[in-house]
Amino acid sequence: MPLAHHDSYADADIRRILKNVKTIAMVGASPNWNRPSYFAMKYLQHKGFRVIPVNPGAVGQEILGEKVVAGLKDIDVPVDMVDVFRNSEAAGPIADEAIAIGAKVLWMQLGVRNDEAAVRAEAAGLTVIMNRCPKIEYGRLCGELGWHGFNSGVISSKRRKG
Amino acid sequence: MTEKNFSYGFETRSIHAGAAPDPSTGARSTPIYQTTAYVFDDVDHAASLFNLQTFGYIYSRLTNPTVAVLEERVASLEGGRGATGCASGHAAQLLALFPLMQPGDEIVASKKLYGGSITQFSRTFKKFGWNAHFVDPDDPENFRKAITPKTKAVFLEVLANPGGVIVDVEPVAKMAHDAGVPLVVDNTLASPYLCRPIEWGGDIIIHSTTKFLSGHGNAMGGVVVDSGTFDFTKKGKFPSLSEPEPAYHGLTFTETFGDLAYTIHGHAMGLRDLGPTMAPLNAFLTITGIETLGLRMDRHVQNAQKVAEFLEGHPAVSWVSYAGLKSSKYHSLAKKYLPKGPGSVFTFGVKGGYAAGVKVVESVELLSHLANIGDTRSLIIHPASTTHRQLSPEQQTAAGAGPDVVRLSIGLENAEDIMRDLDVALGKTVK
Ligand SMILES: Cc1ncc(COP(=O)(O)O)c(C=O)c1O
Repeated sequence: MPLAHHDSYADADIRRILKNVKTIAMVGASPNWNRPSYFAMKYLQHKGFRVIPVNPGAVGQEILGEKVVAGLKDIDVPVDMVDVFRNSEAAGPIADEAIAIGAKVLWMQLGVRNDEAAVRAEAAGLTVIMNRCPKIEYGRLCGELGWHGFNSGVISSKRRKG
Repeated sequence: MTEKNFSYGFETRSIHAGAAPDPSTGARSTPIYQTTAYVFDDVDHAASLFNLQTFGYIYSRLTNPTVAVLEERVASLEGGRGATGCASGHAAQLLALFPLMQPGDEIVASKKLYGGSITQFSRTFKKFGWNAHFVDPDDPENFRKAITPKTKAVFLEVLANPGGVIVDVEPVAKMAHDAGVPLVVDNTLASPYLCRPIEWGGDIIIHSTTKFLSGHGNAMGGVVVDSGTFDFTKKGKFPSLSEPEPAYHGLTFTETFGDLAYTIHGHAMGLRDLGPTMAPLNAFLTITGIETLGLRMDRHVQNAQKVAEFLEGHPAVSWVSYAGLKSSKYHSLAKKYLPKGPGSVFTFGVKGGYAAGVKVVESVELLSHLANIGDTRSLIIHPASTTHRQLSPEQQTAAGAGPDVVRLSIGLENAEDIMRDLDVALGKTVK
């Protein structure tokens, strides 16, 4: 049964996640500079996040200055958030690994949704976001998405900080 | 997860959506960013922008901060995901179809469109290899019958220019979706205050912002709004969006940008390569106009209703085509799609044909004799002697522009003054 609380997310919750997270493990990060995951990683690095690429097919390479690791358990620093750049089915085992390494947030990319995985992660105390892109959400909430004509849904009479 | 988003009302979004105090000065009104280009932090930042890897401005042919406020505002009012501002309503039609069409593809369009749109579709777009088929919208089945495997879009005006016609959008949207193509709706005459076609199944909404959105007859402009809900990835139907784009090193818009793809394409391909950019000053005037959209549309509708009822009872008038009148065959569709009123552009027939029509438009003192609609000022035109004069009498009648037809765009003046002016002018036709 689809989880109704994952059909939409409150801006305040997304804001809090993006404010508290420092280190992101990006599962499915591509070394190809023209792939969506590379775009997202580059943007998130620029916004001050540390992004660790996870991709068994690219172990030993570097992406944007970070060494690629094979799996989440190979990361030797605390991971705040696991960002799933894989399909919905693959998100299941990745969720279990995220629980195992003690990540606080499980984030599945735009088009990726696995409700069973979300139930397990939430039971283990993780915050779960599905079918969203952290780059798009960051840009939306800080006003940058509006630069490109998108409906951010944000209304505020306060000066925006850069 | 605790808090809930709430949504602001239409009037609030008309004033605030897309706009925030200027980050550096605190200026509360949206500044006119009268600049062609924007500095890069360094070469890597420039590369990220050119590769579409990050958000930001490069060059005003593609994006501009003042135009962006307008884009977000109209996207919000229409309930869409994003919008592309452009130089005119005609540019919006070109940009709306550009991501969908390849040479040899077809559009199925309502016959009841602004005359300039019929010409644009049937003559100019033909030169791109885009073939338009026009159908009578009074029977929605006609759209289904005209759709072929080459059809890439269905196009209609929900409230049609010139004469009080309303198209039954909901079944047409269903037919388009059954055929796997988007419904494009020109919502110029209604404005999102009176009708929001996305709520009835519209996928892409276009406006000539020149009309009611800017509202003061002082700024050309257009906008294309994407609902963000149409699936462009289906079976290679829309290769511009769903197949690798050589101009961006083989990037695929739908894969990389998800539901932002159509609007990113509108800027990064449409505006970049076709070039019909909106001027920042026009965006500023249009943003300012939209702040009062609801107030103005309410008054436009009130005045139009009074003038239409007055004309219906006038001895020099043979018929009035306004969907707010009980005599209109579109009255029940108006109640469904435009519950706040069917706009303020309509036609009427003057007894005495061509000569009487000419007499009316030349005799008015308050109404302005010109080719536009959606102004604070009331406007009048005799299509047979102006916009449709190159057509044969038969073609004129088919287009709703027969010799006796006069078109009005009722403005915001005192309604008694508008009626008195028309009464005096009509009196001169029977002398
Ligand atoms: C319904 C409609 N669509 C499109 C247009 C074209 O708009 P523009 O003149 O801004 O190019 C017009 C202009 O009259 C119109 O009335």
